[in-house]
Amino acid sequence: MVLLKLTLRSLWNRRATVLLTIVAIAISVALLLGVNYIRKEAKISFLSTISGTDLVVGARSGSIQLLLYSVFRIGNATNNISWKSYQELAANPLIDWTIPLSLGDSHRGYRVLGTNQDYFRYYRFADKRPLELAQGQVFAGAFDTVLGAEVARQLGYKLGDKIVIAHGTSEVSTALHADKPFTVTGILKPTGTPLDRTVHITLEGLEAVHLDWVAGTKVNGYNLSAEQALQKNLQPKLITAFLVGLKSRTAAFRVQREINDYKREPLLAILPGVALADLWQALNMFETVLRIISAFVVVAGLVGMLTTILSTLNERRREMAILRAVGAHPYHILVLFILETLVLTLIGCLLGMFLAYLLVWGARPWVLAEYGFYLRTWLPDLDSFNLLALVTGFGALLSLLPGIIAYRRSLQDGLTIRT
Amino acid sequence: MNVIELNELQFRWANQPKNTLALPELSLAQGEHLFIRGSSGSGKTTLLNLLAGILLPTSGHLQVLGQDITQLSTAARDRFRADHLGIIFQQFNLLPYLSVLDNVTLPCKFSKRRQQQAGQLAATALQLLEQLGLAQINPSTAITQLSVGQQQRVAVARALIGKPELIIADEPTSALDADTRDSFLKLLFNQAEAQGSTLIFVSHDPSIAQHFPRSLDLQQVNQVWFC
Repeated sequence: MVLLKLTLRSLWNRRATVLLTIVAIAISVALLLGVNYIRKEAKISFLSTISGTDLVVGARSGSIQLLLYSVFRIGNATNNISWKSYQELAANPLIDWTIPLSLGDSHRGYRVLGTNQDYFRYYRFADKRPLELAQGQVFAGAFDTVLGAEVARQLGYKLGDKIVIAHGTSEVSTALHADKPFTVTGILKPTGTPLDRTVHITLEGLEAVHLDWVAGTKVNGYNLSAEQALQKNLQPKLITAFLVGLKSRTAAFRVQREINDYKREPLLAILPGVALADLWQALNMFETVLRIISAFVVVAGLVGMLTTILSTLNERRREMAILRAVGAHPYHILVLFILETLVLTLIGCLLGMFLAYLLVWGARPWVLAEYGFYLRTWLPDLDSFNLLALVTGFGALLSLLPGIIAYRRSLQDGLTIRT
Repeated sequence: MNVIELNELQFRWANQPKNTLALPELSLAQGEHLFIRGSSGSGKTTLLNLLAGILLPTSGHLQVLGQDITQLSTAARDRFRADHLGIIFQQFNLLPYLSVLDNVTLPCKFSKRRQQQAGQLAATALQLLEQLGLAQINPSTAITQLSVGQQQRVAVARALIGKPELIIADEPTSALDADTRDSFLKLLFNQAEAQGSTLIFVSHDPSIAQHFPRSLDLQQVNQVWFC
């Protein structure tokens, strides 16, 4: 008890440097907790890219590849699904709804997705949140487009603007479908998913711009105006993938098997939740790196504390001699140093928790506006307490260094006051 | 029973070829006041560390209050020191982060015996401070606001609290001017006598010897100078 009182008084006496040390620890702890929080939130955000969809169907390839191009708009499909097969499969009575997806074109680096109104009706993300329009409305005509929040913000588009899509997905594309521009009729609210970076157009529009194209190049001398194109049959012959919502989730495996066994063409149906978890596993590096970074930040904070304590050792020799004179055992001196670091790290951890809370609270409106992602309030969970216990334990371990130095010195110095 | 009883006491640092201290004999009765004169390098710090049980003699016999110090473990020697010894340093006697009162009562926090003998801690401390002429000082004052003379008197109060049998003072007056020194000595003697404590006073200043009934020149008795 007396040692704790001595520790607290001694710390109070040095409160200016002590405060700085505590702030340094608090900041590193706040970073540790913050990074840990972001890591978890990122995972939740990642896993909530798509929800409410029971199956994702594409040409047969790997499940992660299918997930990547259909949901994350990364990479390309190896093959397509014929419209006929799609229609046939979608007629399955167990299926409630389907969303056709047609990929392959881009607009200034953003992927263009051909789909229909069902996309806006049925697509769900995060906690089964539906898509909402920030402005305008869902496309009605073939040459209408609905932009993701980031596309509109980055490229500065407003309702009524005309945009031209490019053939292929390379960022600098020269092959433009310049003769058939699309009109922006709607802009989506931010979702915090790859949807924000997507240009949504109708399947018919996508078909129309490709009418006078064959095998990836424009056919010379064959020019159809937008009006002429609209007169043609714009029913697509191929789509890239489609999303399936079932009447009952329990039928998922059955429908999955039926699609995988489909005879007309080789298809693959995946459960998006499972594939997402697999993909997150593959991205484990990201988690590990974040963990390592935050660990180093904490080590830096604690080493800072160690430096401060070590630098006071000399001026505190006198203190040690006095304590020895009144009967303190050298181990009392050791305990004094351990207590000191424990007090510093504990206060640092508490302050760090408060800082982490403030940071998340302060960043919430900004993150919501920029990324459409609602940060949940940071509250200390078991995981955080484990981390803090680890930090405190490590701090106590570090305190052994000055503690042992002071212990040995006080054995040597005895009652000799060295100033 | 003598407070100090030593025979053929020798001390040598582990890495030194020669003894630092070699005393043929010394005994000190209870209540006696002894002045030990010694300049720096005469081995007086070593002697004090030996008497306080911080260092152990290389050879010889050393009894403090009838207890053979060499037979005690390190922890037991620390407890022994806390229970029976009051120590006053040259200066910087006090912990800067404790109040006057907390500094005075500090030894009682490390010794149950002294705590019991002091009784009501705060009251005893205040009484000691008053007897040492510090009645006007607010006991919750920070140490740094006191003059050096006042600080040394607070140190005396700390050494006296809980009636330890032996008071060891190591040059406590070297930072004081002549007037303050004499009144300091008078207060120290009075209080030590009032408690019946034995006093060992070490200084390089020969003029202090006149205040003591018995004095010893360490330079003469320490035999390392002759061998």
